[in-house]
Amino acid sequence: MIEVLRTGALNTVQDLGRYGCLGWGVGTSGAMDNLALSAGNILLGNAPGCAALEVQVFPLRLRFLADCDFALTGADADAQLDDLPLLPWASHSARAGQVLRLGLPDVAALYRSRAYLCLPGGVDVPMVLNSRSTQLRGAFGGLAGRALKTGDVLRAAQARCDGAALALLPPELALPLHCEGSPAVRVLPAAEYDCYTAASQASLWQSEWTITPQSDRYGFRLTGQALQPKVPLEMRSHGIVPGVIQVPPDGQPIVQMRDAQPTGGYPKIGTVIEADLWRLGQMPIGSRIRFLETGWDEALHAQAQLQGWLADVQGQVQLQQGRRGRA
Amino acid sequence: MARTRDALPPMTALEDAAPVFSLLGTTAALLEAPGPAMDLPRQQRIWALAQLARHWPEVQEAVPGMNNLMLTFKQAPRDIDSLRERLVLAWAEVTPLPLQGRVIELPVVYGGEGGPHMADVVAHTGLGVDDIVALHSAPLYPVYALGSHPGYCYLGGMDPRIATPRRQAPVLRIPGGSVSIGGFQTGVSASPGPSGWNTIGSTQMCFFDPTQAMPALLQPGDSIRFRVEKVIR
Repeated sequence: MIEVLRTGALNTVQDLGRYGCLGWGVGTSGAMDNLALSAGNILLGNAPGCAALEVQVFPLRLRFLADCDFALTGADADAQLDDLPLLPWASHSARAGQVLRLGLPDVAALYRSRAYLCLPGGVDVPMVLNSRSTQLRGAFGGLAGRALKTGDVLRAAQARCDGAALALLPPELALPLHCEGSPAVRVLPAAEYDCYTAASQASLWQSEWTITPQSDRYGFRLTGQALQPKVPLEMRSHGIVPGVIQVPPDGQPIVQMRDAQPTGGYPKIGTVIEADLWRLGQMPIGSRIRFLETGWDEALHAQAQLQGWLADVQGQVQLQQGRRGRA
Repeated sequence: MARTRDALPPMTALEDAAPVFSLLGTTAALLEAPGPAMDLPRQQRIWALAQLARHWPEVQEAVPGMNNLMLTFKQAPRDIDSLRERLVLAWAEVTPLPLQGRVIELPVVYGGEGGPHMADVVAHTGLGVDDIVALHSAPLYPVYALGSHPGYCYLGGMDPRIATPRRQAPVLRIPGGSVSIGGFQTGVSASPGPSGWNTIGSTQMCFFDPTQAMPALLQPGDSIRFRVEKVIR
């Protein structure tokens, strides 16, 4: 059991998302950095999709009420267990009474803004409509359908893990993606791409986009050179997914993120591919990013690369479990 | 390579143009009925197509929109072109599915605090508040699809005279029960949240309960009638 001593607003329990409920208007939710969540779970010997705490507002202080293993991935938030600094992207053990503190992430260093605290067996909250992710709009899932607050108690499904004492090379370093010095994400053109002026299509790919403060788990509102359709577009509402880049009439794009609505009606100029959505999910407000045009086969290859990276992490953990078994 | 807007040649005498297939990244694909219009016969075709496609091996969910259908993938198919061909062919061959469910009546307070964008609809349509209320509350609106947020219904059949474009930039929070107009569509928000639509009134109803096996109050084929409770000018 873990007591929340201090938390910012909007830190939530997330897993890899809620699937199968779009037809009821329920979006997927899920970790903004699904790669970090999966890796943290694998470090503990959990299934990759176990529920974890997503920390996006710092500082956070937690007290372990019983001995408990845990893993930290995602943003390097200057974590300390009592006075002991902790390695990021690693698994650790706490004794009853110890206090875990996450400070402010060094966002400039690696463009990371969200940390994940994984627990053995996952955070023990009820499964609602096939997922433990917090559905903020519907006020269900996660911890009572809301963000964490001071005084809450989190439970791990198990006290001990079957993982490995390992530290990982963060995927930002293992799988970097930049364009002319700026962090980049790959984009597949979407239905209305051809409806935009040639100048707007060019600036989508060739100019920098800044993530504005009006950005959250629902969507990242970007600012840059306004994107202009050749003629004004009024769409019928249709299904959308996280990653879709909508363009409202003011021309400033909005990238749908994990809490995105499952439908929308603004024109879509492109979609950030699923394989790069974790990168965007880690980019802090104020970041300047670039979009790289990609194709179907390249996007599938990027997805396979991520699966390969996770398989490699799984392999490292199993190797150490094997060594421990022989010792 | 299927990259964007790959319209195929017409495949049926029932439609004068082919539906439009497009990608939503590697997560999903979208099939849109041809033309800008929105009507019930096409929606019945979308419902039928959804029932068929949800059983395809690569499909996670088949989600009807407004005269369009989104297919999300269990895993992105390597050969996207063959999926597109199968989907476009199925659109041409499918038998429309007429769904008819129950009718619920919602009392609406139009204008005032609960309808902050009534003035924008007045300005855009050139109609008075009473005309807008009369036109909005007249039809029996069939639920075409659910979306946006848990329990939210997209309704067909709004009078085009009160159509008003979506807002220049979305409003960050409108309350649950907000009755609003976006383009040629109208609907009721089921919970508080952001919206790009013009809110003209408010009502009260529980549209979603996640503890139920069927968590949404309404489903495609059901209908909503708006009853004028009060008009605040």
